Amino acid sequence: MSNDSRAFGARRWILAASAALCLLVPAAVQAQETPAAAPGDPVAALRQEIEELKKAYEERISALEQRLNDLQASQETVQATPPPEPSAGTTGGNDGGSQPANYFNPAISVIGNFLAAGGRNDTENLPAAELRESEVGIQAIVDPYARADFFLSFGEEGAEVEEGFLTFTSLPQDLLVKAGRMRAAFGKVNTLHLHTLPWPDEPLPVTNILGGEEGWIGTGVSVARLFPVGDLFTEGTLQIFRGDAEGLFEGRRRGDLSYNGHYRVFADLTDASNLDLGLSYGFGPNGTTESADTRLEGLDLTYRWKPLQAGLYRSASLRGEVYRSRREQPDGDQTAIGWYASGEYQLARRWYAGLRYESADHADDDALRDTGEAATLTFWPSEFAQLRGELRRRHYGLTGENANELLLQLQFAIGAHGAHPF
Amino acid sequence: MKRTLPILLAFAALASFGSAAEAKLRVVTSLQDLASIAQAVGGDRVETFALAKGYQDPHFVDAKPSFVLQLSRADLLIVAGLELEIGYLPPLIDQSRNDKVHPGNPGYLDASVGANILQRPTTQVTRAMGDVHPYGNPHYWTDPANGRVVARAIAARLTQLDAAGAAAYQKNLAAFEARLTQKQAEWQAKMAPYAGTKVVTFHDSWPNFAKAFKLVIVGHVEPKPGIPPSPTHTLETINLIQTQKVPVILVEPYFDRKTPDYIAGKSGAAVVILYPSVGGTPAIKDYFSLFDTDIDAFLAAMKGKK
Repeated sequence: MSNDSRAFGARRWILAASAALCLLVPAAVQAQETPAAAPGDPVAALRQEIEELKKAYEERISALEQRLNDLQASQETVQATPPPEPSAGTTGGNDGGSQPANYFNPAISVIGNFLAAGGRNDTENLPAAELRESEVGIQAIVDPYARADFFLSFGEEGAEVEEGFLTFTSLPQDLLVKAGRMRAAFGKVNTLHLHTLPWPDEPLPVTNILGGEEGWIGTGVSVARLFPVGDLFTEGTLQIFRGDAEGLFEGRRRGDLSYNGHYRVFADLTDASNLDLGLSYGFGPNGTTESADTRLEGLDLTYRWKPLQAGLYRSASLRGEVYRSRREQPDGDQTAIGWYASGEYQLARRWYAGLRYESADHADDDALRDTGEAATLTFWPSEFAQLRGELRRRHYGLTGENANELLLQLQFAIGAHGAHPF
Repeated sequence: MKRTLPILLAFAALASFGSAAEAKLRVVTSLQDLASIAQAVGGDRVETFALAKGYQDPHFVDAKPSFVLQLSRADLLIVAGLELEIGYLPPLIDQSRNDKVHPGNPGYLDASVGANILQRPTTQVTRAMGDVHPYGNPHYWTDPANGRVVARAIAARLTQLDAAGAAAYQKNLAAFEARLTQKQAEWQAKMAPYAGTKVVTFHDSWPNFAKAFKLVIVGHVEPKPGIPPSPTHTLETINLIQTQKVPVILVEPYFDRKTPDYIAGKSGAAVVILYPSVGGTPAIKDYFSLFDTDIDAFLAAMKGKK
């Protein structure tokens, strides 16, 4: 039985093998069919094989080309819907928005202000070289109703908050409300940061009448409203600050506040020229007695000319301001007047020349008057760096000194692209 | 009575102005090109005002308070986006006291969304590259295909803001698109013989125009965006023009012609003033005449070259 079964097994194996052979042979024959077309000539066979391959590839390539063309064509017609753009920053540029983690980071910029001085001045003795200010700007939108701006001013030693305020931008009745610490809207240059001034130094009326180089910086609330007259821009600003401002006001009690009002009119004379007029009135306690006040009045006027088409290469501006300070003091009231007038002309795309005359009494002693003349030349290697020289002569009432100096200023900005000053 | 009459008249004039203005949607745009398209799509239901003039450099517009007033009254603000307006628009929007035109609200439309934007940086950008735009080249409206995209976006937004005008906007858009299609064929036919022509441009304002009309930009008069021509780069450009046989230098109207003219004199290329925007000259009244004028100027310069 075992033999039989073994024989049967073997027979079955042979059967299976031969069946498999029968199946395989035609396949093998088929596989050999192409060379078999030229039996006995291996070179010709090879050549034919290559020809076949070439043909196959050419067909494939042309098919691919066709597909590529089709794709390009369809892309051109669907140009209307390429990937959406991440919405561009509104605050002054959220660069580096590639990382989602940075989306809500504020726009940050740093402006360096390096000042070197030559000549001799014993009254106002500037160092030979100093990094006068490093201004860090941090700005962002807070929520749908407000934005925040911080400007931190670093000297070589120590830092201070030059400005830090919240602006409510979505109020009814054409109102714009700011709260925090801010430059008072008194006159024109007092509202500007040091790096946006057309000179390397502050004019005398600011230093003598508005409390020092920094000018008037207040901490409190500011409300500004538009009062359009037809197509004429006019704006009224009312500011209420706490009673002290360095060098200017000093409130003894919490209730001693300082106030500022500003009215601005802006008129386009032509497409290329415009006039900017401001009236300011401020007052606050000066701290010399319980009830002594200082009252400030200001008038500022700016004329700008910039032909739009050639505006990259030619422009000019004239500006002037007059301040009057009436300061109640135990030794008698002091009425100090300060003013400056200046002009700037753009010589070429990157060159500006300017002149300035300045005069100011001391707020606390109107018998002392300082005066000065200055000529400036500014070069902008790019929009983000600026080199400026100023020849300055100042006469000081207190010491009687006449000082001739050369100031060299280098300013440079890094980080987010801020708005151009106007 | 003598005194009150003029006052009454003035009030009447103001009142009529007020009611007439209320009837229309006030659209403020950063560029005249956008104003032209918005006017075409909006028809008599909108009134438009462009902040930048077509003949001024759109990167350097002054943030004048008079613009604050325009924005305070606007129903819709249309910007080119891609940080083209970064030097002046953000403070204007903040001072506008007009919530409608703040980004994120329906009254703020960034026209670059959906347009075909070229030169989007794929690597870290630094200012060593000059004044580069980190979101891509913002001069995209110089390709008429993008004009179509912008027109559609404006029509959609106007419809959202003023549903009653939906049919009118749809009709105006269809008319604008039909005209654009016909004009595109005409412009392509005019430019076809010059496909592949190499050009040098002053600023990098023309990649979209070049792509649309198959020109090849081989160099710029500015060494880097926003940096004025330097002597070395000027010599390099002259060399480039001679070795690559570049027939024309395209110059935007607000740049000084001195350097391009010098390069032209040394290299034999012709200077063509090409207007990037509507309003570049009084003849360029709308988006269509912008391309008509530019293409004719280009063809005229090329005729002398062949």
